[in-house]
Amino acid sequence: MEITDVVCALCGCVCDDLVVEVEDNEVKKVKKGACSVGKSKLMGHGRIKSPAIRENGSLKECSYDDAIKKAAGILAAARRPLLYGWSSTVCEADKVGIELAEEIGAVIDNTASVCHGPSVLAIQDVGLPSCTLGEVKNRADLVIYWGANPTDAHANHMKRYSYISKGYWTAEGKKDKKLIVVDVRETKTAKVADVFIRIEQGKDFLVFSALRALLLGYEDVVPEEVGGVSKKDLLEAVRLMKEAKFGITFFGMGVTQSTGRHNNIVNAIQMTRAAHTHTKFSIMPMRGHYNVNGFNQVCTWETGYPFSVDLSRGYAWYNPGETSSTDLLVRRECDAALFIATDPGAHFPGESIRHLAKIPVIQIDPFANPTTEFADVVIPAAISGIESEGNVYRMDNIPIRLRKVVDTEYLPDEEILEKILEEVRAIREKEGE
Amino acid sequence: MNARLISGRTIAQGQNLDNKLSEEYYNAVAICEMNEKDMEKIGVSADENVEVRTSYGEVVVKAKEGGGNPEGIAFIPMGPWANAVVSGDTHGAGMPQYKGIDAEIEKSEEKVLPVKELMQRYMG
Repeated sequence: MEITDVVCALCGCVCDDLVVEVEDNEVKKVKKGACSVGKSKLMGHGRIKSPAIRENGSLKECSYDDAIKKAAGILAAARRPLLYGWSSTVCEADKVGIELAEEIGAVIDNTASVCHGPSVLAIQDVGLPSCTLGEVKNRADLVIYWGANPTDAHANHMKRYSYISKGYWTAEGKKDKKLIVVDVRETKTAKVADVFIRIEQGKDFLVFSALRALLLGYEDVVPEEVGGVSKKDLLEAVRLMKEAKFGITFFGMGVTQSTGRHNNIVNAIQMTRAAHTHTKFSIMPMRGHYNVNGFNQVCTWETGYPFSVDLSRGYAWYNPGETSSTDLLVRRECDAALFIATDPGAHFPGESIRHLAKIPVIQIDPFANPTTEFADVVIPAAISGIESEGNVYRMDNIPIRLRKVVDTEYLPDEEILEKILEEVRAIREKEGE
Repeated sequence: MNARLISGRTIAQGQNLDNKLSEEYYNAVAICEMNEKDMEKIGVSADENVEVRTSYGEVVVKAKEGGGNPEGIAFIPMGPWANAVVSGDTHGAGMPQYKGIDAEIEKSEEKVLPVKELMQRYMG
Protein backbone atom coordinates (compact mmCIF):
# COMPACT_ATOMS: atom_id res chain seq x y z
CA MET A 1 0.00 0.00 0.00
CA GLU A 2 1.29 3.43 -0.94
CA ILE A 3 0.87 6.19 1.64
CA THR A 4 1.27 9.77 0.47
CA ASP A 5 1.90 12.99 2.39
CA VAL A 6 3.83 11.18 5.09
CA VAL A 7 5.68 13.58 7.40
CA CYS A 8 9.34 13.02 8.13
CA ALA A 9 10.12 12.92 11.86
CA LEU A 10 13.83 13.55 11.72
CA CYS A 11 15.09 17.13 11.44
CA GLY A 12 13.64 20.63 11.74
CA CYS A 13 12.73 20.67 8.02
CA VAL A 14 9.73 18.37 8.79
CA CYS A 15 9.28 17.48 5.09
CA ASP A 16 5.61 16.64 4.64
CA ASP A 17 5.41 15.21 1.14
CA LEU A 18 6.95 11.77 1.56
CA VAL A 19 5.59 8.75 -0.29
CA VAL A 20 6.05 5.49 1.57
CA GLU A 21 5.32 1.90 0.56
CA VAL A 22 3.92 -0.19 3.43
CA GLU A 23 3.34 -3.93 3.32
CA ASP A 24 2.55 -6.37 6.13
CA ASN A 25 2.61 -3.48 8.62
CA GLU A 26 6.20 -2.65 7.66
CA VAL A 27 7.78 0.26 5.76
CA LYS A 28 9.23 -1.45 2.68
CA LYS A 29 10.34 1.55 0.69
CA VAL A 30 10.53 5.32 0.86
CA LYS A 31 9.57 6.21 -2.69
CA LYS A 32 9.76 9.98 -2.63
CA GLY A 33 10.50 13.05 -0.59
CA ALA A 34 12.97 11.97 2.09
CA CYS A 35 16.68 12.72 2.24
CA SER A 36 19.06 9.86 3.02
CA VAL A 37 18.92 10.60 6.76
CA GLY A 38 15.11 10.69 6.89
CA LYS A 39 14.94 7.58 4.75
CA SER A 40 17.29 5.75 7.08
CA LYS A 41 15.00 6.53 10.01
CA LEU A 42 11.85 5.42 8.17
CA MET A 43 13.43 2.15 7.07
CA GLY A 44 14.18 1.41 10.71
CA HIS A 45 16.89 -0.02 12.92
CA GLY A 46 17.08 -2.56 15.75
CA ARG A 47 14.64 -1.75 18.56
CA ILE A 48 14.65 -2.02 22.33
CA LYS A 49 12.58 -5.19 22.53
CA SER A 50 11.24 -5.06 26.05
CA PRO A 51 11.04 -2.83 29.10
CA ALA A 52 13.91 -3.62 31.46
CA ILE A 53 15.23 -2.84 34.94
CA ARG A 54 18.91 -2.97 35.90
CA GLU A 55 19.69 -5.58 38.56
CA ASN A 56 23.24 -6.30 39.72
CA GLY A 57 24.68 -4.39 36.79
CA SER A 58 22.61 -6.01 34.02
CA LEU A 59 19.32 -5.04 32.42
CA LYS A 60 16.62 -7.66 33.09
CA GLU A 61 13.53 -7.69 30.92
CA CYS A 62 10.24 -6.92 32.67
CA SER A 63 6.67 -5.84 31.95
CA TYR A 64 5.66 -2.27 31.05
CA ASP A 65 3.82 -2.09 34.40
CA ASP A 66 6.90 -3.06 36.41
CA ALA A 67 9.16 -0.62 34.53
CA ILE A 68 6.63 2.20 34.93
CA LYS A 69 6.26 1.47 38.68
CA LYS A 70 10.04 1.44 39.10
CA ALA A 71 10.39 4.72 37.16
CA ALA A 72 7.62 6.36 39.20
CA GLY A 73 9.27 5.20 42.44
CA ILE A 74 12.61 6.75 41.43
CA LEU A 75 11.00 10.05 40.45
CA ALA A 76 8.74 10.29 43.51
CA ALA A 77 11.72 9.72 45.84
CA ALA A 78 14.08 12.15 44.06
CA ARG A 79 14.87 15.53 45.64
CA ARG A 80 16.36 17.13 42.50
CA PRO A 81 15.13 15.24 39.42
CA LEU A 82 15.90 16.27 35.83
CA LEU A 83 13.50 15.49 32.97
CA TYR A 84 15.33 15.97 29.67
CA GLY A 85 14.89 15.35 25.94
CA TRP A 86 11.45 16.08 24.45
CA SER A 87 12.62 17.13 20.96
CA SER A 88 12.13 13.87 19.02
CA THR A 89 8.64 13.34 20.31
CA VAL A 90 5.33 15.14 19.85
CA CYS A 91 3.86 18.16 21.64
CA GLU A 92 1.19 16.01 23.29
CA ALA A 93 3.94 14.01 25.09
CA ASP A 94 5.77 17.24 25.99
CA LYS A 95 2.62 18.54 27.68
CA VAL A 96 2.36 15.46 29.91
CA GLY A 97 6.10 15.74 30.66
CA ILE A 98 5.64 19.29 31.95
CA GLU A 99 2.73 18.13 34.12
CA LEU A 100 4.99 15.39 35.54
CA ALA A 101 7.76 17.94 36.19
CA GLU A 102 5.31 20.16 38.05
CA GLU A 103 4.05 17.22 40.11
CA ILE A 104 7.54 16.23 41.34
CA GLY A 105 9.18 19.68 41.35
CA ALA A 106 11.68 18.73 38.66
CA VAL A 107 13.85 20.70 36.29
CA ILE A 108 12.55 20.17 32.75
CA ASP A 109 14.85 20.89 29.84
CA ASN A 110 15.02 19.99 26.17
CA THR A 111 17.82 19.50 23.68
CA ALA A 112 17.72 23.20 22.77
CA SER A 113 19.90 23.46 25.87
CA VAL A 114 22.82 22.00 23.87
CA CYS A 115 21.66 23.21 20.43
CA HIS A 116 19.84 26.51 19.84
CA GLY A 117 19.42 27.44 23.52
CA PRO A 118 21.73 30.43 22.96
CA SER A 119 19.52 31.46 20.01
CA VAL A 120 16.46 31.40 22.28
CA LEU A 121 18.31 33.60 24.80
CA ALA A 122 19.26 36.04 22.04
CA ILE A 123 15.71 36.15 20.67
CA GLN A 124 14.40 36.94 24.17
CA ASP A 125 16.94 39.75 24.28
CA VAL A 126 16.42 41.46 20.91
CA GLY A 127 13.57 39.70 19.08
CA LEU A 128 13.80 37.93 15.74
CA PRO A 129 12.92 39.45 12.36
CA SER A 130 11.97 36.14 10.75
CA CYS A 131 9.57 34.58 8.27
CA THR A 132 8.31 31.19 7.16
CA LEU A 133 10.20 28.75 4.96
CA GLY A 134 7.43 29.27 2.39
CA GLU A 135 8.37 32.95 2.17
CA VAL A 136 12.02 31.97 1.75
CA LYS A 137 11.14 29.56 -1.04
CA ASN A 138 9.02 32.07 -2.95
CA ARG A 139 10.94 35.29 -2.34
CA ALA A 140 14.55 34.87 -1.25
CA ASP A 141 17.15 35.78 -3.88
CA LEU A 142 20.04 35.78 -1.38
CA VAL A 143 20.57 32.88 1.01
CA ILE A 144 23.28 32.91 3.67
CA TYR A 145 24.16 29.80 5.68
CA TRP A 146 26.33 30.84 8.62
CA GLY A 147 27.91 28.12 10.77
CA ALA A 148 25.40 25.71 9.27
CA ASN A 149 25.99 22.81 6.90
CA PRO A 150 22.58 21.71 5.59
CA THR A 151 24.12 19.30 3.07
CA ASP A 152 24.97 17.08 6.05
CA ALA A 153 22.54 18.17 8.76
CA HIS A 154 19.32 19.22 6.95
CA ALA A 155 19.81 17.49 3.62
CA ASN A 156 16.52 18.63 2.00
CA HIS A 157 16.68 22.22 3.22
CA MET A 158 18.27 23.78 0.14
CA LYS A 159 16.11 21.77 -2.25
CA ARG A 160 12.75 22.36 -0.55
CA TYR A 161 13.10 25.83 0.89
CA SER A 162 16.13 27.83 -0.08
CA TYR A 163 18.94 27.95 -2.66
CA ILE A 164 17.82 25.22 -5.05
CA SER A 165 14.03 25.48 -4.59
CA LYS A 166 11.92 27.11 -7.27
CA GLY A 167 9.47 29.67 -5.94
CA TYR A 168 6.88 32.14 -7.22
CA TRP A 169 9.40 34.95 -7.70
CA THR A 170 12.37 32.64 -8.12
CA ALA A 171 11.04 30.36 -10.84
CA GLU A 172 14.50 29.51 -12.13
CA GLY A 173 15.66 28.15 -8.77
CA LYS A 174 19.30 28.75 -8.06
CA LYS A 175 19.75 30.77 -11.27
CA ASP A 176 17.65 33.46 -9.59
CA LYS A 177 19.58 33.29 -6.32
CA LYS A 178 22.94 33.78 -4.71
CA LEU A 179 24.31 31.59 -1.94
CA ILE A 180 26.86 32.79 0.61
CA VAL A 181 28.31 30.29 3.08
CA VAL A 182 30.23 31.49 6.13
CA ASP A 183 32.09 28.74 7.93
CA VAL A 184 35.36 27.66 9.52
CA ARG A 185 35.53 24.55 7.32
CA GLU A 186 34.95 24.29 3.60
CA THR A 187 31.91 22.05 4.06
CA LYS A 188 29.94 20.34 1.31
CA THR A 189 27.52 23.29 1.49
CA ALA A 190 30.43 25.73 1.11
CA LYS A 191 31.57 23.89 -2.01
CA VAL A 192 28.31 24.69 -3.85
CA ALA A 193 28.16 28.34 -2.72
CA ASP A 194 28.58 31.33 -5.00
CA VAL A 195 30.66 32.93 -2.26
CA PHE A 196 32.44 31.04 0.53
CA ILE A 197 33.72 33.17 3.37
CA ARG A 198 36.07 31.25 5.62
CA ILE A 199 36.30 32.78 9.07
CA GLU A 200 38.64 31.98 11.94
CA GLN A 201 37.10 29.67 14.52
CA GLY A 202 35.35 31.62 17.30
CA LYS A 203 35.45 34.97 15.45
CA ASP A 204 31.78 35.08 14.37
CA PHE A 205 30.95 37.97 16.69
CA LEU A 206 33.64 40.15 15.13
CA VAL A 207 32.55 39.40 11.57
CA PHE A 208 28.88 40.12 12.36
CA SER A 209 30.01 43.43 13.90
CA ALA A 210 32.03 44.34 10.80
CA LEU A 211 29.09 43.58 8.49
CA ARG A 212 26.78 45.64 10.71
CA ALA A 213 29.15 48.59 10.50
CA LEU A 214 29.46 48.31 6.72
CA LEU A 215 25.68 47.98 6.26
CA LEU A 216 25.18 51.12 8.33
CA GLY A 217 27.77 53.05 6.29
CA TYR A 218 30.69 53.07 8.75
CA GLU A 219 33.31 51.69 6.38
CA ASP A 220 36.03 53.80 7.99
CA VAL A 221 35.87 51.89 11.30
CA VAL A 222 36.37 48.45 9.73
CA PRO A 223 40.01 47.27 9.59
CA GLU A 224 41.57 45.56 6.56
CA GLU A 225 40.93 42.11 8.06
CA VAL A 226 38.34 40.92 10.57
CA GLY A 227 38.22 37.38 11.95
CA GLY A 228 40.32 36.08 9.07
CA VAL A 229 38.13 37.77 6.41
CA SER A 230 39.49 40.58 4.22
CA LYS A 231 37.66 43.90 4.09
CA LYS A 232 37.31 43.39 0.32
CA ASP A 233 35.35 40.14 0.89
CA LEU A 234 33.23 41.77 3.58
CA LEU A 235 32.37 44.65 1.23
CA GLU A 236 31.43 42.16 -1.50
CA ALA A 237 29.11 40.32 0.91
CA VAL A 238 27.52 43.63 1.89
CA ARG A 239 27.05 44.54 -1.78
CA LEU A 240 25.16 41.26 -2.34
CA MET A 241 23.07 41.88 0.79
CA LYS A 242 22.14 45.41 -0.29
CA GLU A 243 21.29 44.32 -3.84
CA ALA A 244 19.06 41.45 -2.73
CA LYS A 245 15.30 41.89 -2.93
CA PHE A 246 14.86 39.42 -0.06
CA GLY A 247 17.75 38.01 1.96
CA ILE A 248 17.75 35.31 4.60
CA THR A 249 20.44 34.19 7.02
CA PHE A 250 20.14 30.65 8.33
CA PHE A 251 22.49 30.02 11.24
CA GLY A 252 23.54 26.83 12.97
CA MET A 253 25.67 25.28 15.66
CA GLY A 254 28.82 26.92 14.32
CA VAL A 255 27.51 30.10 15.91
CA THR A 256 25.67 28.80 19.00
CA GLN A 257 28.31 26.35 20.23
CA SER A 258 31.34 28.59 19.79
CA THR A 259 32.80 31.27 22.03
CA GLY A 260 30.30 34.07 22.44
CA ARG A 261 27.26 31.79 22.25
CA HIS A 262 24.06 33.89 22.57
CA ASN A 263 26.06 37.10 22.04
CA ASN A 264 26.90 35.87 18.55
CA ILE A 265 23.21 35.49 17.77
CA VAL A 266 22.32 38.90 19.20
CA ASN A 267 24.88 40.35 16.81
CA ALA A 268 23.55 38.26 13.89
CA ILE A 269 20.04 39.60 14.56
CA GLN A 270 21.37 43.15 14.76
CA MET A 271 23.16 42.60 11.44
CA THR A 272 19.77 41.63 9.98
CA ARG A 273 18.29 44.86 11.38
CA ALA A 274 21.13 46.83 9.78
CA ALA A 275 20.30 45.18 6.44
CA HIS A 276 16.73 46.49 6.83
CA THR A 277 18.04 49.97 6.10
CA HIS A 278 18.53 48.72 2.54
CA THR A 279 16.17 45.82 1.80
CA LYS A 280 13.97 43.04 3.17
CA PHE A 281 16.05 40.62 5.27
CA SER A 282 15.16 37.74 7.58
CA ILE A 283 17.02 35.39 9.89
CA MET A 284 16.21 31.89 11.13
CA PRO A 285 17.87 29.29 13.35
CA MET A 286 18.40 25.88 11.70
CA ARG A 287 16.56 23.92 14.40
CA GLY A 288 17.89 20.36 14.64
CA HIS A 289 15.33 17.83 15.85
CA TYR A 290 11.91 17.77 14.23
CA ASN A 291 10.16 19.02 17.36
CA VAL A 292 12.86 20.80 19.35
CA ASN A 293 10.91 23.95 18.55
CA GLY A 294 7.61 22.32 19.57
CA PHE A 295 8.83 21.65 23.10
CA ASN A 296 9.87 25.29 23.40
CA GLN A 297 6.37 26.32 22.28
CA VAL A 298 4.58 23.96 24.68
CA CYS A 299 6.88 24.79 27.60
CA THR A 300 6.37 28.51 27.01
CA TRP A 301 2.60 28.30 27.00
CA GLU A 302 2.59 25.96 30.03
CA THR A 303 5.27 27.60 32.23
CA GLY A 304 6.08 30.95 30.63
CA TYR A 305 9.60 29.85 29.64
CA PRO A 306 10.90 27.81 26.68
CA PHE A 307 13.47 25.40 28.24
CA SER A 308 15.65 24.83 31.32
CA VAL A 309 12.68 25.44 33.64
CA ASP A 310 13.09 24.65 37.33
CA LEU A 311 9.76 23.79 38.98
CA SER A 312 11.19 22.87 42.40
CA ARG A 313 10.07 26.15 43.99
CA GLY A 314 6.41 25.53 43.22
CA TYR A 315 6.56 28.13 40.46
CA ALA A 316 8.57 28.30 37.24
CA TRP A 317 12.15 29.54 37.59
CA TYR A 318 14.22 30.06 34.46
CA ASN A 319 17.91 30.79 34.45
CA PRO A 320 19.95 28.91 31.80
CA GLY A 321 23.48 28.58 33.08
CA GLU A 322 22.00 27.61 36.45
CA THR A 323 18.91 25.56 35.53
CA SER A 324 20.27 24.02 32.29
CA SER A 325 21.04 20.30 32.18
CA THR A 326 24.78 20.53 31.65
CA ASP A 327 25.24 22.94 34.55
CA LEU A 328 23.04 20.85 36.87
CA LEU A 329 24.98 17.69 36.03
CA VAL A 330 28.44 19.25 36.15
CA ARG A 331 27.51 20.62 39.62
CA ARG A 332 26.41 17.04 40.50
CA GLU A 333 23.12 18.47 41.68
CA CYS A 334 20.62 15.97 40.22
CA ASP A 335 19.81 12.80 42.13
CA ALA A 336 17.68 11.20 39.37
CA ALA A 337 17.04 11.77 35.68
CA LEU A 338 14.47 10.80 33.06
CA PHE A 339 15.56 10.96 29.42
CA ILE A 340 12.96 10.73 26.70
CA ALA A 341 13.61 10.64 22.94
CA THR A 342 17.20 11.73 23.41
CA ASP A 343 20.65 10.33 24.04
CA PRO A 344 22.76 12.22 26.59
CA GLY A 345 25.18 9.27 26.63
CA ALA A 346 26.20 10.26 23.10
CA HIS A 347 25.59 14.00 23.18
CA PHE A 348 26.46 15.36 26.63
CA PRO A 349 30.03 16.24 27.65
CA GLY A 350 31.85 13.43 29.47
CA GLU A 351 31.79 15.42 32.70
CA SER A 352 27.96 15.28 32.72
CA ILE A 353 27.88 11.56 31.93
CA ARG A 354 30.23 10.81 34.85
CA HIS A 355 27.52 12.08 37.20
CA LEU A 356 24.69 10.33 35.32
CA ALA A 357 26.48 7.01 35.79
CA LYS A 358 26.14 7.52 39.58
CA ILE A 359 22.41 8.36 39.81
CA PRO A 360 19.23 6.46 38.87
CA VAL A 361 18.44 7.05 35.18
CA ILE A 362 15.19 6.29 33.35
CA GLN A 363 15.28 6.05 29.56
CA ILE A 364 12.21 6.19 27.29
CA ASP A 365 13.23 5.58 23.66
CA PRO A 366 12.49 3.28 20.73
CA PHE A 367 16.20 2.54 20.22
CA ALA A 368 19.12 1.33 22.33
CA ASN A 369 21.96 3.85 22.42
CA PRO A 370 24.89 4.85 24.66
CA THR A 371 22.42 6.07 27.35
CA THR A 372 21.05 2.51 27.60
CA GLU A 373 24.50 1.47 28.86
CA PHE A 374 23.96 3.25 32.18
CA ALA A 375 20.14 3.50 32.33
CA ASP A 376 18.53 1.76 35.31
CA VAL A 377 15.04 1.60 33.82
CA VAL A 378 14.55 1.26 30.06
CA ILE A 379 11.08 1.76 28.57
CA PRO A 380 10.67 1.17 24.82
CA ALA A 381 8.35 3.56 22.98
CA ALA A 382 6.54 3.72 19.67
CA ILE A 383 8.33 5.78 17.02
CA SER A 384 6.55 9.11 16.69
CA GLY A 385 5.69 9.88 13.07
CA ILE A 386 5.86 6.23 12.03
CA GLU A 387 3.99 4.26 14.70
CA SER A 388 2.14 7.09 16.45
CA GLU A 389 0.84 10.53 15.50
CA GLY A 390 0.91 13.98 17.04
CA ASN A 391 1.77 17.63 16.49
CA VAL A 392 5.22 19.08 15.94
CA TYR A 393 6.61 22.55 15.08
CA ARG A 394 8.86 23.03 12.07
CA MET A 395 11.93 25.28 12.41
CA ASP A 396 9.88 28.29 11.22
CA ASN A 397 7.19 27.79 13.91
CA ILE A 398 4.68 26.13 11.56
CA PRO A 399 2.73 23.33 13.32
CA ILE A 400 2.47 20.09 11.33
CA ARG A 401 0.74 16.85 12.35
CA LEU A 402 2.83 13.69 12.13
CA ARG A 403 1.05 10.71 10.63
CA LYS A 404 1.04 7.13 11.76
CA VAL A 405 1.92 4.72 8.95
CA VAL A 406 2.21 1.36 10.73
CA ASP A 407 0.72 -0.19 13.89
CA THR A 408 2.77 -1.21 16.89
CA GLU A 409 2.45 -2.88 20.26
CA TYR A 410 4.86 -0.37 21.80
CA LEU A 411 3.21 2.38 23.82
CA PRO A 412 3.50 5.97 22.55
CA ASP A 413 5.52 8.43 24.67
CA GLU A 414 2.42 10.27 25.79
CA GLU A 415 0.82 7.14 27.21
CA ILE A 416 4.00 6.00 28.99
CA LEU A 417 4.29 9.43 30.63
CA GLU A 418 0.63 9.46 31.64
CA LYS A 419 1.09 6.09 33.33
CA ILE A 420 4.22 7.28 35.16
CA LEU A 421 2.39 10.44 36.25
CA GLU A 422 -0.58 8.42 37.51
CA GLU A 423 1.75 6.12 39.45
CA VAL A 424 3.73 9.06 40.92
CA ARG A 425 0.48 10.66 42.09
CA ALA A 426 -0.60 7.38 43.69
CA ILE A 427 2.74 7.12 45.56
CA ARG A 428 2.54 10.71 46.75
CA GLU A 429 -1.07 10.30 47.85
CA LYS A 430 -0.11 7.22 49.84
CA GLU A 431 2.85 9.06 51.41
CA GLY A 432 0.51 11.91 52.37
CA GLU A 433 -1.89 9.60 54.23
CA MET B 1 50.44 18.91 17.39
CA ASN B 2 48.24 21.64 18.82
CA ALA B 3 44.86 22.09 17.14
CA ARG B 4 41.45 23.62 17.67
CA LEU B 5 38.83 20.94 17.88
CA ILE B 6 35.27 21.29 16.65
CA SER B 7 32.46 18.74 16.58
CA GLY B 8 29.34 18.66 14.43
CA ARG B 9 26.90 16.70 12.32
CA THR B 10 27.75 14.60 9.27
CA ILE B 11 25.43 12.76 6.92
CA ALA B 12 26.72 9.31 7.99
CA GLN B 13 26.33 10.27 11.66
CA GLY B 14 22.74 11.32 10.94
CA GLN B 15 21.96 8.13 9.04
CA ASN B 16 22.94 6.14 12.13
CA LEU B 17 21.31 8.33 14.79
CA ASP B 18 19.00 5.49 15.79
CA ASN B 19 21.72 2.90 15.24
CA LYS B 20 24.43 4.03 17.64
CA LEU B 21 25.53 0.65 18.91
CA SER B 22 26.33 -0.49 15.36
CA GLU B 23 29.59 -0.80 13.46
CA GLU B 24 28.29 1.72 10.90
CA TYR B 25 27.98 4.38 13.62
CA TYR B 26 31.43 3.50 15.01
CA ASN B 27 32.97 3.83 11.55
CA ALA B 28 31.16 7.10 10.88
CA VAL B 29 31.70 8.85 14.20
CA ALA B 30 34.89 7.55 15.90
CA ILE B 31 37.03 9.57 13.50
CA CYS B 32 38.99 12.81 13.40
CA GLU B 33 39.13 14.76 10.14
CA MET B 34 42.22 16.89 9.58
CA ASN B 35 43.99 18.85 6.91
CA GLU B 36 46.52 16.70 5.03
CA LYS B 37 49.40 18.98 6.11
CA ASP B 38 48.45 18.46 9.76
CA MET B 39 48.40 14.70 9.21
CA GLU B 40 51.90 14.93 7.76
CA LYS B 41 53.01 16.97 10.78
CA ILE B 42 51.99 14.23 13.20
CA GLY B 43 53.10 11.45 10.87
CA VAL B 44 49.76 9.73 10.54
CA SER B 45 48.06 8.29 7.46
CA ALA B 46 44.35 7.93 6.85
CA ASP B 47 42.77 5.18 8.99
CA GLU B 48 45.66 5.15 11.47
CA ASN B 49 44.77 6.09 15.02
CA VAL B 50 45.33 9.36 16.81
CA GLU B 51 44.92 10.34 20.44
CA VAL B 52 43.10 13.62 21.00
CA ARG B 53 43.83 15.20 24.40
CA THR B 54 42.19 18.26 25.93
CA SER B 55 41.97 19.62 29.48
CA TYR B 56 38.74 17.61 29.82
CA GLY B 57 39.80 14.14 28.70
CA GLU B 58 41.40 12.06 26.02
CA VAL B 59 40.10 9.75 23.32
CA VAL B 60 41.53 7.61 20.53
CA VAL B 61 39.90 7.91 17.10
CA LYS B 62 40.76 7.10 13.50
CA ALA B 63 42.44 9.82 11.44
CA LYS B 64 40.71 10.90 8.22
CA GLU B 65 41.93 13.33 5.65
CA GLY B 66 39.85 16.28 4.53
CA GLY B 67 36.52 17.51 5.79
CA GLY B 68 37.44 20.93 4.40
CA ASN B 69 39.49 21.75 7.49
CA PRO B 70 42.14 24.45 7.30
CA GLU B 71 45.46 23.74 9.02
CA GLY B 72 45.11 23.72 12.80
CA ILE B 73 41.42 22.75 12.82
CA ALA B 74 40.38 19.18 13.63
CA PHE B 75 36.81 17.88 13.35
CA ILE B 76 35.21 14.94 15.17
CA PRO B 77 31.57 14.16 14.32
CA MET B 78 29.23 14.81 17.25
CA GLY B 79 28.88 11.74 19.43
CA PRO B 80 30.44 9.98 22.41
CA TRP B 81 34.03 10.11 21.10
CA ALA B 82 33.97 13.89 20.57
CA ASN B 83 32.19 14.40 23.86
CA ALA B 84 34.89 12.52 25.76
CA VAL B 85 37.08 15.60 25.24
CA VAL B 86 34.70 18.60 25.15
CA SER B 87 34.18 21.00 28.02
CA GLY B 88 31.12 21.02 30.27
CA ASP B 89 31.75 24.69 31.12
CA THR B 90 28.76 26.57 29.71
CA HIS B 91 30.06 30.09 30.41
CA GLY B 92 26.79 30.74 32.21
CA ALA B 93 24.70 30.13 29.08
CA GLY B 94 23.78 26.44 29.45
CA MET B 95 25.70 25.48 26.32
CA PRO B 96 28.85 23.35 26.62
CA GLN B 97 31.88 24.27 24.50
CA TYR B 98 31.38 21.80 21.64
CA LYS B 99 33.42 23.88 19.22
CA GLY B 100 36.77 25.60 19.61
CA ILE B 101 38.50 23.45 22.23
CA ASP B 102 42.30 23.54 22.44
CA ALA B 103 43.55 20.02 21.80
CA GLU B 104 46.79 18.10 21.34
CA ILE B 105 46.70 15.42 18.67
CA GLU B 106 49.34 12.69 18.32
CA LYS B 107 49.63 9.37 16.55
CA SER B 108 48.53 6.49 18.77
CA GLU B 109 48.96 2.73 18.83
CA GLU B 110 45.98 2.39 21.21
CA LYS B 111 42.74 0.97 19.80
CA VAL B 112 39.62 3.03 19.12
CA LEU B 113 37.20 1.95 21.83
CA PRO B 114 33.81 0.62 20.68
CA VAL B 115 30.91 2.60 22.08
CA LYS B 116 30.08 0.17 24.91
CA GLU B 117 33.69 0.15 26.15
CA LEU B 118 33.84 3.92 25.83
CA MET B 119 30.76 4.25 28.06
CA GLN B 120 32.31 1.85 30.58
CA ARG B 121 34.98 4.49 31.26
CA TYR B 122 32.28 6.58 32.98
CA MET B 123 31.11 3.77 35.23
CA GLY B 124 34.16 3.62 37.51
